[in-house]
Amino acid sequence: MTDSNILPSDWPQPQHVEDQTGTLDSLARTPSSRRQFIKGVIASGAVASSAGFVFGCSPDSSAPTVAGGVERLVTLNVNGQARPVDVLPNETLAMTLRYKLGLTGTKLGCDRGECGACTVNIDGVTHYSCSTLTHSVRGRQVLTVEGLEGADGTLHPVQQAMIDELGPQCGFCTPGQVMSAVALLDSNPNPTREEARQAMSGNLCRCGAYDHYLNSVMRAAKV
Amino acid sequence: MAYNLIGKDFVPPDIHGKVTGKAKYAEDFRVEGMVFGKLLTSPVPHGRVTNIDASEALAMDGVIGILTANDDGVGALLTNEPKFVGDPILALAAVDETIAQDAIDRIVLDIEPLDYTVDPLDSLYPGGPDARSDGSNVGGGRTGLERRRVKWTARDFSAAEEGQLPMGEPAWQWSYGDIETGFQEADLVFDESFVTQGNSHHSMEPRTAMAYWQGGKCYVHTGSQSLTASLAGIADQLGITIDELVYVNENCGGGFGSKGTAAQTAGISGHLSKQIGRPVMLRISRHEEFYIGSARGTLQGRIKIGFRRDGRIVAIDFSVVQDGGANGGFQDSGDAAQAVSIMYQPESMRFRGIPVLTNTTPRGPQRGPGQNQVAAAMEPILDKAARDLGLDRLAIRKLNAPDNNATVGGQQIPVTSAYMPDALDKGAGMFNWAEQQVRSGERNGSKVFGVGIGQAYHDVGRTGYDGLLVLTPDGKLHLHSGVGNLGTYSYASTTRPAAEILKCDWENCIVHQGTNARHLPIASTQTGSNTSWTMTRTNYVAAVDAVAKLKEIAAIDLGGSPEDYEIGDHKVFATEDPERHLTYAQAAQRAIELGGKFSGQEMPDEIHNVTKAAVAGIAGTGLVGVAKDTLRMEGDVPALACGFAAVEVDLETGKVEILDYVGVADCGTVLHPQGLSQQVKGGAVWGVGLALMERQIYDPQNGLPGNVSFDHCKPPTYLDVPSSMNWDAVDIADPQNPVGARGIGEPPMGAAAAAVLCAISDALEGHLFNRTPVVPDMIINHVVGQRQSYRALQIHTA
Repeated sequence: MTDSNILPSDWPQPQHVEDQTGTLDSLARTPSSRRQFIKGVIASGAVASSAGFVFGCSPDSSAPTVAGGVERLVTLNVNGQARPVDVLPNETLAMTLRYKLGLTGTKLGCDRGECGACTVNIDGVTHYSCSTLTHSVRGRQVLTVEGLEGADGTLHPVQQAMIDELGPQCGFCTPGQVMSAVALLDSNPNPTREEARQAMSGNLCRCGAYDHYLNSVMRAAKV
Repeated sequence: MAYNLIGKDFVPPDIHGKVTGKAKYAEDFRVEGMVFGKLLTSPVPHGRVTNIDASEALAMDGVIGILTANDDGVGALLTNEPKFVGDPILALAAVDETIAQDAIDRIVLDIEPLDYTVDPLDSLYPGGPDARSDGSNVGGGRTGLERRRVKWTARDFSAAEEGQLPMGEPAWQWSYGDIETGFQEADLVFDESFVTQGNSHHSMEPRTAMAYWQGGKCYVHTGSQSLTASLAGIADQLGITIDELVYVNENCGGGFGSKGTAAQTAGISGHLSKQIGRPVMLRISRHEEFYIGSARGTLQGRIKIGFRRDGRIVAIDFSVVQDGGANGGFQDSGDAAQAVSIMYQPESMRFRGIPVLTNTTPRGPQRGPGQNQVAAAMEPILDKAARDLGLDRLAIRKLNAPDNNATVGGQQIPVTSAYMPDALDKGAGMFNWAEQQVRSGERNGSKVFGVGIGQAYHDVGRTGYDGLLVLTPDGKLHLHSGVGNLGTYSYASTTRPAAEILKCDWENCIVHQGTNARHLPIASTQTGSNTSWTMTRTNYVAAVDAVAKLKEIAAIDLGGSPEDYEIGDHKVFATEDPERHLTYAQAAQRAIELGGKFSGQEMPDEIHNVTKAAVAGIAGTGLVGVAKDTLRMEGDVPALACGFAAVEVDLETGKVEILDYVGVADCGTVLHPQGLSQQVKGGAVWGVGLALMERQIYDPQNGLPGNVSFDHCKPPTYLDVPSSMNWDAVDIADPQNPVGARGIGEPPMGAAAAAVLCAISDALEGHLFNRTPVVPDMIINHVVGQRQSYRALQIHTA
């Protein structure tokens, strides 16, 4: 399946860029399929008007536009707080969190739904925020790694267990691992190790800290 | 020896940030006015850029500027002769990333295609293609060899079709003993050619970099495994001095050898920022990370090995052709040979190797470069010998394994210490080898049970770096660590010997790391598993210096000579009268008042300039302990590991399930048990990748990569490895490290890969694939007696 196939059928389909350098170019630069997906979605939006880092939302954006876009000023519920934010139709939740709400705990490892570093919980269910359009979470509860620590600094049992078991190595995948563990224990407070392994399996860890992460999950389940 | 801190678990200072999301990596920083950079990379495996028309791109609203290889100082950061698909040609800055990418798409690039190759043997064949336009095909990169052209004769390839590795003129060679006599006297001789395919590092954090210029300095944010060891390289990329560089590297999201020093993205973002006068965030995509994120060298090798009847190895003739990628690669071949020599202690051995340039991604050191591939190749051959000789597979390993009498390499250098037989015994006990191996070949429906043992090695000792610490008047011990933070926690665990020597409570210690702005001493690159050995020594000598200064200050203030004083309980006190003392806090205050060497206004001549700058930065803040490591280091410092695996091989699907895994480390004194556990088990996960899953696929017809994403390259997930693994360590001190420590990060991978491959071979009645990874279709083809889908010695195959 190419990225373009995930567009809803009633959305504008990607407009493929003219190939200037031939077959080798198009083969070599396979990332363009995702880029074209983004550009295709941009084409459904309104004229960009707010400054920001997120793709295509600068005041001088030259992204092509067509009429009939969705509302841009939305209020998200993130970590229990109402967060008004200006969101482009094509904007992913990961980019909104990281570049507009300052929540950089959510990491981007692949930006294409392969690694799980960007995992956040939406209404208690894990989602890859790199592959979730921000507009789709309106009216839903978004929980990121920043939302777990208590106001007094008390850590969530999963976070504390990850310290006690030395769960992380490099730490880049850790926020995503934490969120998957939190979602698991919310729905299944006493998982078997095998259930935990299955629940965590959408989160890649290149350091190979799986055993320590699972030890952390099982320790947190005892709290 | 009983320690208070060494060998004990502790909470590393950075882990709170990792579990709360507060830990900052390069892409988490924001600077006023920051814009985005984007790369234009090569669509062809080799070509010459004849024209770049960026006029349309530069005319776009929001586009700020471009950087090419033609700009001053850019050097090799960008290129007009791309040598692999994905080689960066140009960087463009725009106010946001979409505009930057749209602008990149509007740049018209004219490239003249050039000859290319993706297989070293093709390039070595008479008249074969060369990876470089100057006709060179061997050397370069980090091989230590000048680039040159080498072609072998057709006669050298006479047996290649049958799968025997050709070997003409080598680039590297050494030997010791008499292998001809050894083979003549051997009771059993095997001659096996093998292939270990290369694979990408796939660090979770792409090598994103952000840079800006302020107050005459360049501020660079990017992840590197190393910190102060990366300064010179970044400064060189930018054409500035180290004094003009502020490098921020608080966290590094994985490196595994690929981020030993800072990547070219640091230089590209810095130059682009300088050119446009604004901060530049150069986000690197997952695909770009595949291209420029480094990869393990592919090995095409041959092992001729002779055994005596009792299983002792008498002769080894080892040959390797190494894919050096577009840059020339690393020294995998020689490292592999060194590993063979130490792990099996052959009575005679010859090594010949050659690194060949290809038009595939640049190759660099990856976790046990050479050593881990050859573990995967060698250990199943050892099993074959054990079967033919009627020996136990554990026994044949113990017979040949390195101990304190072991020697390494062509010069037969002695080891500082080695306890591989002990490690094997420990692992065999934990794994219950005696009972498990009886089950070999046991059927469970379509699945067959097998067990295997693997061993691996890495050399882990360096010396000559500096230690730095400060006792401040508040009684705190500030430990300045120039080590990078790549996830091993050794930036902190290697400082604990200083606290141990000074008899400080860990609660009174503060570890400084993350940026040279925090005044950090020169450290070794955080590579090659050397930090545990190398940086415990630097912290030790700095602490010894501090202890001497404490005693000198006590003698000045309280009378007598320094020899009359001892330390303890955060005090320096008279041995004869402990009531006569200064607290560390008081001594620190006195150091400030005394000045000179006591508080860093004077410093040793022999320390590195980076350390001198760090000392100058903290001078006058307390009692400074600073010294260069000149401790004795004679011989090879080995990191050793073994692994035991039980697998089930499904003969219908080709799937391999690892049922049980035990890893044991021989790395001297254990510094940090939890951290060591992580390395043994994490290394095992990497070993599973090497054995069963990971490789780069290249289309030989067009030179195009076939698997650039996580999804296609498939590093191991939770479901590919056992849900729990067991580990232990020999934990016997090395005599040449002040706390007995050696490193460990690399060999647990090779040990696990080899154990899994041996277990598969065991399940398949001793069949040798002589190839990694062993993927399901290979198993099925073998089971049904069908030809494999690859040609003999072919690499980069799916």
